[in-house]
Amino acid sequence: MASLNEVLDGKSICICAGSGGVGKTTTSAAIATGMAAQGLKVCVLTIDPAKRLADSLGLEELGNEARRVDPALIEEQGVEMKGELWAMMLDAKATFDELIARQAPDEESRDRVLNNRIYQQISSALAGSQEYMAMEKLFELHTEGEFDLLVLDTPPTRNALDFLDAPKRLTQFIEGKSLRVFMKPTGLAAKVTGRGVSVALGVFKRLVGFDLLADLAEFFNAFSGMVEGFQARAKRVNKLLADPETCFLVVCGPQGEPIDEAVYFHRKLVEAKLPFGGVIVNKVHYPADELRAEVEDLPGALAEKLGDEALAKRVAANFADYQALAERDARNIDHLAGELRTSCVIRVPYLDEDVHDLHGLADIDRYLFATAEERVEMAAGRA
Amino acid sequence: MIVTGKGGVGKTTVAVALGLRAASEGKRTIVCEVASQENASRIFDHASVGFHEVEMEENLWSISIDPDESMREYVLLQLKVRAMRDLLFRSRIFNYLAAATPGLKELVTIGKIWELAQLDRKVKSGRKYDLVILDAPATGHGVGFLQTPRTFASIARVGPVHSQAEQLDRFITDHEHTGTAIVALPEEMPVNESVSLEKDLRDEVGVSVDRVYLNGLYPERFKKSEAERLSALAESENGAARAAARAALSEYGRAKSQRQQLSRLKKGVSAPVKTLPFLFEPELDVEAARSLAGKLG
Repeated sequence: MASLNEVLDGKSICICAGSGGVGKTTTSAAIATGMAAQGLKVCVLTIDPAKRLADSLGLEELGNEARRVDPALIEEQGVEMKGELWAMMLDAKATFDELIARQAPDEESRDRVLNNRIYQQISSALAGSQEYMAMEKLFELHTEGEFDLLVLDTPPTRNALDFLDAPKRLTQFIEGKSLRVFMKPTGLAAKVTGRGVSVALGVFKRLVGFDLLADLAEFFNAFSGMVEGFQARAKRVNKLLADPETCFLVVCGPQGEPIDEAVYFHRKLVEAKLPFGGVIVNKVHYPADELRAEVEDLPGALAEKLGDEALAKRVAANFADYQALAERDARNIDHLAGELRTSCVIRVPYLDEDVHDLHGLADIDRYLFATAEERVEMAAGRA
Repeated sequence: MIVTGKGGVGKTTVAVALGLRAASEGKRTIVCEVASQENASRIFDHASVGFHEVEMEENLWSISIDPDESMREYVLLQLKVRAMRDLLFRSRIFNYLAAATPGLKELVTIGKIWELAQLDRKVKSGRKYDLVILDAPATGHGVGFLQTPRTFASIARVGPVHSQAEQLDRFITDHEHTGTAIVALPEEMPVNESVSLEKDLRDEVGVSVDRVYLNGLYPERFKKSEAERLSALAESENGAARAAARAALSEYGRAKSQRQQLSRLKKGVSAPVKTLPFLFEPELDVEAARSLAGKLG
């Protein structure tokens, strides 16, 4: 079993991916904290509008600028901080606006795009644009070279595909080559496209209202000068994602549904030829082995020790419930490891205390960064 | 009834439990999913249902609403002239526009939910439902999803879509007929998010928030005095007795910290809070959902 340190060795980008509710934000923050403690200058980025990351790092708020987490706060948790930990929350709209400003040939085209209602919708609402902007910002930070490692907490898209296809879909939309031709009200286009298209456009106009089409036309016209710049940039972003210095980690939970999604996500990463590093399973009822310890008549043995039969019965029944959960988790994780054919499956136990602050992150790091042997040791001391 | 909340809190289970309860009371009920994951049919151990109203139990149906299919159905209902429809569907430009128009997919999805809720169904020989339950997308996207009709009505200022978008917005914000339930977990951050979600739903979307379900609450199996005895036992023993004592202490600790989250939630939201127990079941199936159905209050 490979450890997280081995997986992240020599990497400059770590992307945590997975469905919602599996602890991605916490995991990203914990990885960043752990790597910073070891001496790297690390920045963790989130695009989740919820204040989770800021909360867990003891920051008042996060903005579109990186902020340094006070090392004293981390050292208070008994963790020696050899490097630097930074955090930021991506503002997708602000990043998109910056990008437009950079790509626009002049101020007038910039303002035309920024003020266009379709643009305003896309930049904040179009599915995939948030993800795309996360990649943009990642690319920008990577190019600037300020940090040794960037950890990205991806948004909780229900469909993993959205996230991987985001750059492609967005550039396709912006390119809109065929569409732009049709948008011109007169001229050559109208002649060559023929009646079918104009009828289709007419029907669409009737359905959605004329001025939406006008806005779309305006948008594509305003964007026309920037298409190439966008395409070139998207290509470089894609190249960065596929770079051997980038590492994708799949984060999931131990129940059947999140495990299935992790398998699906892994397949998508492999298909897209993106560098998969390993999988992190959170909130595992851990470890199954010790809980499986078989004793004949456990209630009896407990009753003898406790001198309370009723309590012993409840303790034994509760133990059986925990055992069942631990067995399910072990089964699901075995299935996951088999499907992914990976040597890196890191199990983080379901800690008794809810993880939402630096103390909790330090607790998680003990598991995340342990070697395989250490994990077994800790497991034996736990249960 | 719109069931909403962040990812992984058990929205689908609660949506199905609500459906089971309504169905058992004799209400003809349909549970709608909006992503292609089909978690509801999975709970029923049923094959994928797709864009069809499939009966799961007596009085209970399920559908997975696909935006492309909804769009198709919408166009079919709007355009009575067959030649025109064929032209539109064959047209690449139409598909392109439909995909490119921001929010259109969400709009037709909500449109389908509206259609299901009509007593005078637009779809030929459509079944009449007493209750339509929406398993809404995870928040972050959830509030935006429910706001689509209003956003759209303001983009398209004229035309049929404009008036239909306004109609859908009235449908969602109709406090008399449409309600919302938030599903939360008894942990620090999910509680924080549920509190801000309720505020957004009320103030920004304008829906009625009728109930907050705190899902996965551990039972209080042990008293404080018992926990103290068990912790002494865990120190002195080895093997299974120690493991069992530890498991009991873990249960005790979680049950306790969850009660604190429960009281924070109650203070933070204005809708009534109802707790649902954590189910010590390896996988959630229809019987698990049924056992929750009795506790929905």
